[in-house]
Amino acid sequence: MGYELLDHTADLMIRVWSADVKGLFQEAARALFAIITDLEKVTVHLSREVAVQGSGREELLVAWLSELLYLYEVKGLLFCDFALTEINEKNVKGVAMGEAFDEGRHPIKTGIKAVTYHQLEIKEQDGRWQAQVIFDI
Amino acid sequence: MTEKQSVRLEKIDEYRWLIPREGGMRTEGMVYADERMMGAIKQDQSLQQVRNVACLPGIVGYSLAMPDIHWGYGFPIGGVAAFDEAEGVVSPGGVGYDINCGVRLMGSGLERTEIQGKIKGIVDTLLVNIPSGVGSHRKDLRLDKGQQRKVLQKGAQWAVDQGYGRWEDLEHIEEKGRISNADPDLVSPRALERGRAQLGTLGSGNHFVEVGYVAEVYDEGAARGLGLAKDQVTVIVHTGSRGLGHQVCDDSIRVMLQAAQHYGIELPDKQLCCAPLGSKEGQEYLAAMACAANFAFANRQIITHWVRETFEQVLHMGPSTHRLDLIYDVCHNIAKMETHAVEGKERRLCVHRKGATRAFPPHHPDVPAVYQEIGQPVLIPGDMGRCSYVLVGTQGAYEETFGSTCHGAGRVMSRHQAKKSARGRRVTQELEAKGIYVRAASMGTIAEEIPEAYKDVSDVVDVVHGAGIGKKVVQLKPMGVIKG
Repeated sequence: MGYELLDHTADLMIRVWSADVKGLFQEAARALFAIITDLEKVTVHLSREVAVQGSGREELLVAWLSELLYLYEVKGLLFCDFALTEINEKNVKGVAMGEAFDEGRHPIKTGIKAVTYHQLEIKEQDGRWQAQVIFDI
Repeated sequence: MTEKQSVRLEKIDEYRWLIPREGGMRTEGMVYADERMMGAIKQDQSLQQVRNVACLPGIVGYSLAMPDIHWGYGFPIGGVAAFDEAEGVVSPGGVGYDINCGVRLMGSGLERTEIQGKIKGIVDTLLVNIPSGVGSHRKDLRLDKGQQRKVLQKGAQWAVDQGYGRWEDLEHIEEKGRISNADPDLVSPRALERGRAQLGTLGSGNHFVEVGYVAEVYDEGAARGLGLAKDQVTVIVHTGSRGLGHQVCDDSIRVMLQAAQHYGIELPDKQLCCAPLGSKEGQEYLAAMACAANFAFANRQIITHWVRETFEQVLHMGPSTHRLDLIYDVCHNIAKMETHAVEGKERRLCVHRKGATRAFPPHHPDVPAVYQEIGQPVLIPGDMGRCSYVLVGTQGAYEETFGSTCHGAGRVMSRHQAKKSARGRRVTQELEAKGIYVRAASMGTIAEEIPEAYKDVSDVVDVVHGAGIGKKVVQLKPMGVIKG
């Protein structure tokens, strides 16, 4: 399980892999927050339930990450851990755990404008799942 | 990463490259670049993106790309495409997330030498007065829901109404700072929420305010017409519609993914999802996009007011002395209904400009009265270490590119590469040695935005000038910059 950042001229691309789809969504969310801040400085003080709808895994992944981005941008929350409770072709439900953004402790590395559908891909290969997502920054 | 496909190119002349029609393309592609640039352009997937755009229904003329083209999502950045009102489509991916990201330029009554010793004070005060970076906003600008609706409907006019700037500023803004078909009811509660605390904020990434001066004059007559002269102090503001625009785009893409399926539009890339211009989805997107565009116009207008206040505070002078008058304000991420002559016939088209600037010629009715003889001012910012340009629109652009030209330098390095290249260097000191004082809300931004991360904007501008789709008027050089 893990993720890596890939070069993309104007934006930022991540590749995530995991043994199952739940893990893929969880790791992608960690990658999102690792781009925004230093995850080692974020501890778990609160949790938020997150539920999104969409049509198919790829759209659901964008919806899930966009929802987390919204919670960060509007509600000022940073998350470092994620647990998916349900995933099917139409719904994703899970819990995001973290704390409120604190200017003194949390460095903001990169602002992310949006999660894009460009070259979005989720596939299973040799028994492991892989996703790639491009963020607009 | 998707494998890079090789795209067939035919060199037409020194500045033009044709992508022949193949596969699902409904028209040919046309890329403006010189030989050397084309070598770099081929390295990413932007040419494939020009081809993808050519596959969309109702495209009129070429799928165009300006010399600052680079790999975007959906449309390439630097892409221009026009669609027929009756048979064509509108695509949020042809505008981008930062709806009406744009640039404005102020001239002044000051000479470079008058402010040289005070540039640090000006820049430091700009950084205090203009909220920059993630999450910052001014406590004295709070919008309630009713006011926010007015911002979305009235754009820069709302800002002037509230005392941010002057009425005469509006004459010097594309669309006079207000796109008229805006309907706030079509903007989601979430988009409104994301935008509420972000009016009057610069944002992060490549957005900036730059104090500079006129370094070179290429066309004396046009420069005089714009009120610019050598060594005059200028200010550039580059920002857009912030979280509100991003959310409008995001919401619209979700709608358009369904719509494209519903209308049987085949998509080479999901990010190109679109709907017919005449459909409910298409019309609703344009009305929501107009709201975000108006938000961006208001945003740049408010920041302009704070730039003027900053000069007044630091230099202890009034508006009649600093004369920071607005020269022009352009959108470079937008889709607009315009009338263009196609093969001798006037047609209503939806022109998408994603990382491209409108460049209307002299005597066009949409060019402000004072610029009727010289053409619409076109503002092309470069990176923070080199220079920027002011051009004017031309008849050539009107005939060839639906009145469009380039928008900036265009990145050559990813942000990751830029950070790597900046590691261990003192970028701010390097710039200061060149006489450019840079301050940012976040140090990471300066590393990502190092000058060599961008193409040399001079090369980009030389191509559009050489191809006749823009005319160089002056070059501006930076003295002080604030970044998000």
